[in-house]
Amino acid sequence: MLVTVQNYFPKKTSAPALLCVFALAVSLFNSCGAGRDRAALIFVNGPEPESLDPALISGQVEGRLAYCLFEGLTRLAADGAVVPAAAERWDISPDGRTYTFHLRENLRWSDGAPLTANDFVQSWRRVLEPATGAVYADVLFVIENARQYHDGESRDFSQVGVSAPDDRTVSVRLAAPTPYFLYLTSFTTYLPVPLTVVERHGARWIRPEHIVGNGAYLLRAWKLNDRLEFAANPRYWAAARVNLKRVDALTVTNGNTAVNLYFTGQADLILDRGLILPQILAGLRQRRDLHIFNFLGTYFYRFNTSRAPFDHPLVRRAFSAAIDRRAIVEKITLGGEPPTTALVPGLINGYTPADGMAFNPGQARAWLAAAGYPDGKNFPRVAIMYNASQQHAGIAVEIQAMWKRVLNVSVELRQVEWTAYLQALDRLDYDIARSSWIGDYPDPATFLGCFITGAGNNRTGWGNAGYDRLLAAADREVDPARRFLLLRDAEKILVADNPPIAPIFHYVGMLLYDPDKFGGIHGTPLDDHPIQDIYRK
Amino acid sequence: MFAQRRGDAEIFLDLGFGIFLGFEFWNLGFVSPAARARLRHPMWAFIFRRVLQMLAILVVVVSGTFLLMRLAPGSPFAQERKLDPATERLWNERYHLDGSLTVQLGYYWKNLLRGDLGESLKYKNRGVAEIIAYALPKSAAIGLIALALALTAGIVTGSLAAARHNTAVDRALMLTALAGICLPAFLIAPLAALVFAIWLGWLPVAGWGGLSRLVLPAVCLAAPYAAYCSRLMRTSMLEVLGQDFIRTARAKGLAERTVLYRHALKLAILPLVSYAGPLAANVLTGSMVVETIFNIPGLGPFFVNSVLNRDVFLVGGTALVYLVILVTLNTAVDVGYTLLDKRIRLW
Repeated sequence: MLVTVQNYFPKKTSAPALLCVFALAVSLFNSCGAGRDRAALIFVNGPEPESLDPALISGQVEGRLAYCLFEGLTRLAADGAVVPAAAERWDISPDGRTYTFHLRENLRWSDGAPLTANDFVQSWRRVLEPATGAVYADVLFVIENARQYHDGESRDFSQVGVSAPDDRTVSVRLAAPTPYFLYLTSFTTYLPVPLTVVERHGARWIRPEHIVGNGAYLLRAWKLNDRLEFAANPRYWAAARVNLKRVDALTVTNGNTAVNLYFTGQADLILDRGLILPQILAGLRQRRDLHIFNFLGTYFYRFNTSRAPFDHPLVRRAFSAAIDRRAIVEKITLGGEPPTTALVPGLINGYTPADGMAFNPGQARAWLAAAGYPDGKNFPRVAIMYNASQQHAGIAVEIQAMWKRVLNVSVELRQVEWTAYLQALDRLDYDIARSSWIGDYPDPATFLGCFITGAGNNRTGWGNAGYDRLLAAADREVDPARRFLLLRDAEKILVADNPPIAPIFHYVGMLLYDPDKFGGIHGTPLDDHPIQDIYRK
Repeated sequence: MFAQRRGDAEIFLDLGFGIFLGFEFWNLGFVSPAARARLRHPMWAFIFRRVLQMLAILVVVVSGTFLLMRLAPGSPFAQERKLDPATERLWNERYHLDGSLTVQLGYYWKNLLRGDLGESLKYKNRGVAEIIAYALPKSAAIGLIALALALTAGIVTGSLAAARHNTAVDRALMLTALAGICLPAFLIAPLAALVFAIWLGWLPVAGWGGLSRLVLPAVCLAAPYAAYCSRLMRTSMLEVLGQDFIRTARAKGLAERTVLYRHALKLAILPLVSYAGPLAANVLTGSMVVETIFNIPGLGPFFVNSVLNRDVFLVGGTALVYLVILVTLNTAVDVGYTLLDKRIRLW
């Protein structure tokens, strides 16, 4: 059954005929995929979600999906404001430490079971149980005795400041007045979970075949590395207000692919800012589809203060003052990121961030000389560590050149992969490290709390008694204005007086969608865009 | 998970019973003497030896992979936000990743021998076996098409180039092949998406579902292999065409067509056959680049990402799958060799 090549390659190949055959084949192929009806909204969510269990998730990618399936006492509306959700109203005691939440009438889980105040109490208890292994348990530590319960100092949950006096009341006693507590009650870790379902199915309770929620959507399918399919939850208390009845969340990790899917109509919305690559921003800017907004995130460099030469505050100040932040955002990031010398973005009502080390070459050289390295002489070899990414590398190269130019100091570049980078940070095995922090709630505490002496996210070896005292005082302060002043004084220590970090710019959020087709999407300080508020025009 | 769908013991009982039944059939004469003679063929002994070798390789590779992953810096549970040490300890205990490396490896093997590949540490509600069972068929679907494309295109163009040696056809084909080898997938794939999906709109730009979505990834996956096959085929064909038996065949007055495709091709194809084993193992298990660019939910990206995530058991599972496929196909290739060329003896 041997066939001759001549038969395959006739001497006179008829190109039009071949084209016809090809076109036919193509149309045949395309018709195969056309049967599936399309969701009302298909959004690109980013990488594959690691979990959907509110107690275990910590990322934005997972959070967006969890907010579709579960609803807390409060939630963030499309414009970023806190609005009543499972709780229809609440009372706050004059000392700001007791919150009484009143649940709506007839709340139901998606399987029809009633949702009661005790579900919230038990869900929060689950987060605090050490055996759950909740990675974000510490956001509950503002509740009285919650930390002690989590750390095993007390095994009596009745000591923890949360209780359900009746089926429709959740009463919370806080360890200190926490002006942002209503933001916390909207956060993923505070979401209620159906405990009977969790107990019955163990780690697999979040599968589409088992999961039960109280949010605006139900999980219909979860296709690994492909998509998650959602349908509106008819038992949701505001089901009538949910405009998009079917929503797909696509798993995409490549920026070009995401944008290709968008421009060929296979996706309506790109929510992951990491997928809109700087190199295509110039082209996208001409279009109405690109939406850029400021949000609570900061890109900064950490100094390892536990060893020479960065154990000397003047060296750190010199290095920070030698960074021309404007050049970095204009040359490399290209998204219109605001350059900054402060850690806290200026997006929090009533809070003015502290001024840090502005770009000042003369002053930087003087500080370096005062620290014992005039004109960079005898400065030891140090390296900038960053996790592998084109943008991090670009910024590091730029800063390397600035330090050479301004301080006459040669630094090396050390690119490491993500997990190794995290380990090096934890073990203080670096000189200078690229870092970033995204706020969990719109309050300076979400940023400044990182740098308390010995805190897990400090990762610089830095400790300052004055700083710790100011943050502790702010914790006790009931008056919001005075509290912000205390926090601002603390931030001044962190970015100007004795800085363990050099803030570089604040992130911008980016969304890609057609404003003529969809509404109810806003740029918000937490880069949070509730799917249930999006509507088709 | 095997272990969850069926009892662990059940699997072994089934296996044991199967072997027992086989022996009984053999001994009680249910197997005809002719069939027995066929089964005593040295080829089966060869295959049996190969299976034993595979098991030995498997033990070494799986243990080595596990130990290397555990020695690599960084914890599988690390996140940008610092995990508190008690919680990290808890997760390590839960997956038996605490204690000495030998103990950890022991636990891993204990589970493997029960048919349990373990749980993914990153995707916390999925088992490794489940992820592979979900992703491998998708990679394999694209891989099979790519394999067929690469071999067909390679054989046809390679033979044609050899038959038209030193003509414009030869040079054009070999230039194309050179380009195919040189251009990496991360260049070809986005270009193909741009031309055929965005400009021409003939095919979907990315995603899974429907035959049309297989075309671009399969072609992009096949392109460099097709080019390599083509060059391999041409070289080998040219060499064979210079041999004595070809001259004899021509002297007999056989048509050029018969000479080429009845006599030369059978021998010239041998290098391609030996290359087909690793080629198939590569394309069937998916490509990180092609699958990421076309957003195919296949196994390819797991080979890289599971290592970056220190997702120990998933790394072990993917290595195991790749190894089994590779060794099996290589054995098949060796057997195929002897069938094609009677001069080669492996048993």
